[in-house]
Amino acid sequence: MTRVVLPYHLRQLAKVDGEVTVQAGTIAEVLDALEAAYPALRGTMRDIGTGRRRPFVRFFACREDLSHVPYDDPLPAQVLADNEPFLVIGAMAGG
Amino acid sequence: MAGVRVLVGTRKGAFVLTGDGTRRDWKIEGPHFAGWEIYHVAGSPIDPDRIWASQSGGWFGQVVQRSQDGGRSWDAVGNDFSYGSETGTHQHYDGTLKPWVFNRVWHLEPSLTDVDTVYAGVEDAALFKSTDGGGSWTELVGLREHGTGPEWQPGAGGLCLHTILLHPTDENRIFTAISAAGAFRSDDAGVSWLPINKGLLSGEIPQQEAEVGHCVHKLAMHPDRPDTLFMQKHWDVMRSDDAGGRWTEVSGDLPTDFGFAIDVHAHEPETVFVVPITSDYLHVAHEGKLRVYRSRTGGNEWEPLTKGLPQEHCYVNVLRDAMAVDRLDECGIYFGTTGGQVYCSPDGGDSWDAIVRDLPAVLSVEVQTLP
Repeated sequence: MTRVVLPYHLRQLAKVDGEVTVQAGTIAEVLDALEAAYPALRGTMRDIGTGRRRPFVRFFACREDLSHVPYDDPLPAQVLADNEPFLVIGAMAGG
Repeated sequence: MAGVRVLVGTRKGAFVLTGDGTRRDWKIEGPHFAGWEIYHVAGSPIDPDRIWASQSGGWFGQVVQRSQDGGRSWDAVGNDFSYGSETGTHQHYDGTLKPWVFNRVWHLEPSLTDVDTVYAGVEDAALFKSTDGGGSWTELVGLREHGTGPEWQPGAGGLCLHTILLHPTDENRIFTAISAAGAFRSDDAGVSWLPINKGLLSGEIPQQEAEVGHCVHKLAMHPDRPDTLFMQKHWDVMRSDDAGGRWTEVSGDLPTDFGFAIDVHAHEPETVFVVPITSDYLHVAHEGKLRVYRSRTGGNEWEPLTKGLPQEHCYVNVLRDAMAVDRLDECGIYFGTTGGQVYCSPDGGDSWDAIVRDLPAVLSVEVQTLP
């Protein structure tokens, strides 16, 4: 299972505390699984129409910014091995 | 004793204010959806415990929430506002053409006859309808496609459809208003639309009497006289007595006729309320005084209502969806400010008191009259 850390607002929206786990081997599968398990998250991380990541949402893992890697690439081995979580981040914005 | 429930949308969450018939003692609940912009919260006139909220933000986009217990608990419903046909472009601020892009829901209008039907006015301007309680949304494309869409341009807040008025007895008649395109009417339940902007003269556009391009800030209607509409335009307070066929200015003796909010007394169709704002360059209360103006003559003759409102050093704004009236025997008037105050007058505007003073900037105020 892949551990996912959601930002505060998305945890509130999904009505979860702490990390969640999904069955996923790629970023696309993480997003698909999150939206399937928590329908309230649909459209909050990626645009419903285009599927593109929302501009102020980033994906981190293993101290790497994965926001721009192809979403069908395998997740980092440490994430797949359950040693590191996959982080959905609300980008720093504002003052 | 009958009571009221005031639904407040703010820059940082929603609040529910509940009062009894005296409207002197209040229970304040919230914030719901803390940290999100809540452009509008609206309850069904059929089932007042059914409430929808438009929740949005720059990070995570648009969410629509629905409560079935009067705002105590909420569940996210559908948020797919995909346009129903090819969108093309509209005018941008700088005169260039900009593709139509969904940004947020500005206004939710529950049906008067079906508890599962609700309309949504969105930016970039379009009208959506849900018949399954908000689970899914379908654009009524006739408005965006009626022909002048490519000429529409955004107001300072965006190209937003901010007003939806449903005729109380004729389900086919719907009014909408878009900033800065103007007002529109449908007589076939939203299939086709007619611009209803004759008589509007807008000095901010090259052709003052143009068919579209007017920055209509808000429309209001009394349900007993649905052919009479009142309008707060960018500048000018207007009225129409033929369902928008022709507008006449009724700004009269207002100290300034710029403003956003407008509403009609629940029991007196010729009693209208506005909040004059200094100007389009100065979005603050006029002369540092927060004054509601009331006309008992359907416009032209206005009186300032000041008792209980700050009359010095006040520089807040009252936004377009931030005024509402209840339907208790003695009509209550409510409005919220960008300074976070929500005021109530339980006596038709004669006196005012703050229900709450330090909320985030208030974007919208609606009120439900409870049995």
